[in-house]
Amino acid sequence: MREVAVVAFAQTKHTGHDEGLTEPELISPVIQEVKRLSGLSRFGFTCSGSCDYLAGAPFSFVSALDAVGAWPPISESHVEMDAAWALYEAWVRLQHGDVDSALVYGYGKSSQGDLREIMTLQLDPYYLAPLGLDQVSFAALQASALGADPGALREIVRRSRADGRANPYALDLPDPEDEGYEVRPLHASDVAPITDGAAAVVLAAGDLARELVERPAWITGIAHRIEPHYLGMRDLARSVSAADAARAAGVGKGPVEVAELHAQFSHEELILTEALGLAPDTVVNPSGGPLAANPVMATGLIRIGEAAQRIIDGGAGRTVGHASSGPCLQQNLVTVLEA
Amino acid sequence: MPSDPLVAEHVLEFPGGYTRTTGPVIGRFLTELRDGRIVGVRTADDRVLVPPLEYDPATGEPVTDTYVQVGPAGTVLSWAWVETPRKGHPLDHPFAWGLIRLDGADTSLVHAVDAGDVKVMRAGLRVRPRWKPESERAGHITDISCFVPEVTTMVAHVRTEYRIQPGRSLARFLEGVRDGVFLAGRCTSCDKVYVPYRTTCPQCGSSIGEELELPDTGTVTTFAINNLPDPRAPEVPFVSAYILLDGADVPMIALMGDVPVRDVRQGMRVRAVWLPPEERTLSMGNIKWFAPTGEPDAEL
Repeated sequence: MREVAVVAFAQTKHTGHDEGLTEPELISPVIQEVKRLSGLSRFGFTCSGSCDYLAGAPFSFVSALDAVGAWPPISESHVEMDAAWALYEAWVRLQHGDVDSALVYGYGKSSQGDLREIMTLQLDPYYLAPLGLDQVSFAALQASALGADPGALREIVRRSRADGRANPYALDLPDPEDEGYEVRPLHASDVAPITDGAAAVVLAAGDLARELVERPAWITGIAHRIEPHYLGMRDLARSVSAADAARAAGVGKGPVEVAELHAQFSHEELILTEALGLAPDTVVNPSGGPLAANPVMATGLIRIGEAAQRIIDGGAGRTVGHASSGPCLQQNLVTVLEA
Repeated sequence: MPSDPLVAEHVLEFPGGYTRTTGPVIGRFLTELRDGRIVGVRTADDRVLVPPLEYDPATGEPVTDTYVQVGPAGTVLSWAWVETPRKGHPLDHPFAWGLIRLDGADTSLVHAVDAGDVKVMRAGLRVRPRWKPESERAGHITDISCFVPEVTTMVAHVRTEYRIQPGRSLARFLEGVRDGVFLAGRCTSCDKVYVPYRTTCPQCGSSIGEELELPDTGTVTTFAINNLPDPRAPEVPFVSAYILLDGADVPMIALMGDVPVRDVRQGMRVRAVWLPPEERTLSMGNIKWFAPTGEPDAEL
């Protein structure tokens, strides 16, 4: 396997409202930033992750290329998924051996529509979408199947928001207060906030990575797994796919100092912590995680970026970034990063 | 630069809806739904998938062509409660989403449960489909409007009418109450005084010949605070007490009044509060209630 590392990561200062920027305007600063951090202005491969339904415009990702600079023609691809999967595609592309660098970015403006109902459109069109099953409702079914202790969930929200307030890129959200149910058993604060934002990562292989930064965050394991889509075909209290992906990525082969988990609902952190087999001393989501900022389609990539940044900064030696997609943690991508 | 941001309304829609082919497996399920039946499909390893899928999610193998009627009843495995329905939801009042294991199925169906009240919802709740009228069914998952709990309780109305007389002892006692006195009977063999008046002694069975009048004062021996409304009581909560009339050997049950509920106690001295003489009838209603006399408490 070819050595590939994260050598640069940048993200926007995410907002809970529409700043009035177009998608290229939103992305451009983070592209500029990772170019500056890596010292690269051209990349062997470029891949992005986004969702046209957020903007309600077909092929909206094509216009986003204006922020990248696609002339002379570049080698480019896109996933209609969180950009963590764009990073996976770029990692695979680098395994071919003919290019040494890749630019990965993701972005989303969920302020523009009703995200809870847009997420209904990802459901199977025969059995689930016609019921109008919205994002909070299906997540609440999973929380109910897990039967999580409300006190534990409240603590996850409190910790995530406190960490988010200390993170200049995350939203400034108060400690959770007594509140009614959004969809019982979930409260509004158990749900990741509506967020606009973007993020970018530069991957580099082998010697190029060593030339570009002092401490590349080497990807020593990366794997993703998927489960059946239909909720009634799964045991929602567990994430078999996250556990399988973690095993394939080798999470358990060493201590995990920091884990950034793509938990968009507080109960998902409990399911993922167990699935990844994280020890009690692993620091989970020190950035605040998705409960403190959830720029949809960039949130998963940010988990990998945050986990990598701990290595690049010298603060940690072995970290994990996790990304999820689909209803109720249907798909899970686990990345192990090491100094 | 204008102070308000420039905002445009934007709609993404497929006018008239997007036509999808169902394939044979989902098509069979939806066809059966239109006919008011729920079917699952059998997998090669003999599990029944509901709703049917073309491939077994556990093995990736194609499913068999055997369809099995399931339900229509099922059991809720887990649920989530929607207090404020969204526009696209199947019900416009509070309802639950349920993962429902239909009888005969090995997987669960996601659908709405119209339970009326969140207190009804629990894992293990038995539910059945509520179908749309046949003429409105189109071969769509919403041909089942929702699921509803199975019937586990019903209201039974009972009412028969009677004409009753009080009997001789009670009639005699009520005559006394009409006249403003409590009539008691003394058993000479037991030397016990019973009130209300009675003609036989419940202890030894002898006839009671001696009638006597008791005062309308007495002592609370025990009491209960009632929080359910009663037509005989002026307000809720009210106190019903056992009152041992002075000179009696058995207590009589009566309402307490003119005293805060929290102040009623055992040993409290009380006196009957009567209706004015011109309003009295042959009824216990002549005594409004018993009220404290203000005397020191009695030893019981």
